Amino acid sequence: MSKKLIKDPLNIIISGVGGQGNILATELLASALVEKGYFATVGETYGASQRGGSVMSHVRISAATEYGVLIPLQQADIIVSFEPTDTLRVARDYANKSTLIITDSRPNYPLGVLIGEAQYPPVEAIEAELKKLSGQVQIIEATNLALKAGNSQATNILLMGALTALPSVPIDIDDYERILEQRFSGQVLEMNRKVLKIGYEQVK
Amino acid sequence: MEWMITANEPGKTYLMQGNEAISRGALEAGIRFAAAYPGSPSSEILTMLGHVADEMEIYAEWSTNETCALEACLGASFAGIRSLCVMKQNGLLVVGDALHSASLSGVKGGLVLVVADDPSAHSSTNEFDSRHQSRSAAVPMLEPANMQEAKEMVRWGFELSEQLQQLVMVRTVTRINHGRSSVTLGEIPQHKQVPAVIGEWDRLVAINWFKDAQIAKIEQARTIFEESPFNWYNGPGNPDMMIITCGTGWLYGVEAVKALGVKDSVGILKIGTTWPLPEEFIVKHLVRTKKVLVVEEVDPFLEQNIANIIAYHSELNIELTGRHGQKIIPRNGELTPDVVRNALVNMTGTTFQGPEVTHIPFEEAVPLPPRELTFCAGCPHRASFFLLKQSLRIHEGRGVVMGDIGCYTMGGQRAGHFLFNFLSCMGAGISAAEGLGQLTRFGFDQPVVALAGDSTFFHTCMPALVNAKFHNSNMLFVILDNSATAMTGFQPHPGIGLTAMGKTAEPISIQKVVEAIGCPVTVADPFDIASTTEIVYRLLKQPGLKVLILKQECATLAVRKRKKAKVWVDYDLCRGDECGCGRFCSRVWGCPGNIWDYEAGKAKIDEVVCVGCGVCVSLCPAGAIKIEGGEAGE
Repeated sequence: MSKKLIKDPLNIIISGVGGQGNILATELLASALVEKGYFATVGETYGASQRGGSVMSHVRISAATEYGVLIPLQQADIIVSFEPTDTLRVARDYANKSTLIITDSRPNYPLGVLIGEAQYPPVEAIEAELKKLSGQVQIIEATNLALKAGNSQATNILLMGALTALPSVPIDIDDYERILEQRFSGQVLEMNRKVLKIGYEQVK
Repeated sequence: MEWMITANEPGKTYLMQGNEAISRGALEAGIRFAAAYPGSPSSEILTMLGHVADEMEIYAEWSTNETCALEACLGASFAGIRSLCVMKQNGLLVVGDALHSASLSGVKGGLVLVVADDPSAHSSTNEFDSRHQSRSAAVPMLEPANMQEAKEMVRWGFELSEQLQQLVMVRTVTRINHGRSSVTLGEIPQHKQVPAVIGEWDRLVAINWFKDAQIAKIEQARTIFEESPFNWYNGPGNPDMMIITCGTGWLYGVEAVKALGVKDSVGILKIGTTWPLPEEFIVKHLVRTKKVLVVEEVDPFLEQNIANIIAYHSELNIELTGRHGQKIIPRNGELTPDVVRNALVNMTGTTFQGPEVTHIPFEEAVPLPPRELTFCAGCPHRASFFLLKQSLRIHEGRGVVMGDIGCYTMGGQRAGHFLFNFLSCMGAGISAAEGLGQLTRFGFDQPVVALAGDSTFFHTCMPALVNAKFHNSNMLFVILDNSATAMTGFQPHPGIGLTAMGKTAEPISIQKVVEAIGCPVTVADPFDIASTTEIVYRLLKQPGLKVLILKQECATLAVRKRKKAKVWVDYDLCRGDECGCGRFCSRVWGCPGNIWDYEAGKAKIDEVVCVGCGVCVSLCPAGAIKIEGGEAGE
């Protein structure tokens, strides 16, 4: 089965916190798309790049032409996010009524929360607002699933597995797996393959 | 990735990062020499060239600073070797004298200087437009609009450089360096250049006698640029309005024209040769319109140089707009597709129909905690700033802390208890502290502390330390030695004993350098908080210049090398809010690994984030944080 590009350009945002492997997962996704013959561009925003800062990657996919690396505001078709408050921050700027959101529900507490100056909102409240802002929200316990599979660092690839299961994304899980095989070997490859499949199976 | 930049697959298309495309372009030009100082967003270029140096038979070095890098390239160029120099915009200002001098002497082997600007200062202290330096130094400048063009411009830049016997600059921005797009590979030459003999009467001399030659070279560049394939026009024959753009502005402009459906009335003139401007080519297009919007990153450089062209051509009648006067495009901050589309809406009087969006009133929106930058879990800087804060607090009179540039710049924010009073460019902290420390003679009695990292020490602090020592300023210079240029991605520096090409070299000991200058120096471990606080307190009381090296390896590097210790909270010992410590571990210490278990009302370790450094174990007043296993650091 081969999926087609039903919207051109298709705009995907992958967001999270520094150190979660966002840049790598996105690069592998876009490489898989280029291998399939699509124009794919990636814009990475990671500021000072220390762990703890927000990291956001924009992916733009077209069958016809190259697009600039940044997605215009409110024009993300899909948002995949590793951290609930970051999901909401990104959705406020980039979601519209047809955006599809996939997010992990595990909080990564910012400094202000750790020192007690700010409150981390309830994840249910975040989910409720995400539902208002977008067309569809799916929560995946990605970090917990990756931890259970043996390595929390593989959360990024697990979420990519979920992404490949979406009908609007014009690659299949096998296409992503092929790129994983190009880049990894041994135990790391096996772990990534395993979580990719787990992620894929989470999408309803 | 290294395999992409060396692949012998002409015609093959890969997804490449801009920095990969630049590295590939240099290899396709047959460079044999590359030198750089790390700086985001340019750092990946020399990292990759260093990794492939053996395979490609090139030499690559992380120079001690940008001036060393450019002049090293000039040396290699003197022997006819094609050389690539890389830096970020702040580095270009460090290198100002070297650049203006090199432009006067010219070059022999092709020399391309890639300078990466950071509009909106995503990973910089400030944004700056490097193009002013190209104009000021009379150096031709190319500006790529996508990753493919970045590769082609770097490759062709070497040919141009040899044709003109002049260095050539390529200006990129973060969205090119750290963006990715499809790049089709060209050929990498099999032939390897060999150094030419420098004859008795060969000269590379920068002196004003060569000013006329310098002017002739930039005029020759202008003539070449009139026919450049990097400049083109797309649109109707006589457009109502023309967008003139360079760099990232091109694709944003194309998208905006499409989104607004104005392709029959708006044309786009894309310029890749931004200095010197191809005047005849631009005039040829300007005569066909009345209204121009200039779209470019950072300053109205293209815009104001086009204004100059218009001023010299009385036949032109143009309404010129852009960043100047902030009328249409904000004067500050990077371009985005929205900024460009809004400017076009404004200029054409059209409206934009975006997708349907839900607006949530402010009162109903979930309040979100800001995601501030902070030191990594286990970062030695957290311990250094904590103990400096402690020692300055117990010291009589408020200390003045002079910061510098690196990960530890975050010490000026919450992560470092807002400890900085001063922050400027690299090496400024110790130099300014020297001046402040001289005011003791006029009654200034606050302790003065300057901070700098190990890479910054080599980059610009050494002359400042000589100055402070010779004039015996009253100050404490603290070197935060984490054995890494961590901020930009762990590039090695002279203190580490590893070169860009992965070879071991005799490391240069910071301690010995400081001692050789004649300064008393103390070395301490920031993780040993109690005794190091004591040391700082004692040093602050001594007159004259004191140097303290706080040595502990960067946590992100350390965690890759050693087995991680397990750290946990013993809930029987943690007294929770009854303790009186005020949740010290999470609230004061502020390590992302120390969190609070709200259900149990106790401290907790986030096992995903914790790197097992164990410093919090020594800080918990109840002794409730436990550590087990792991390997000690060197």
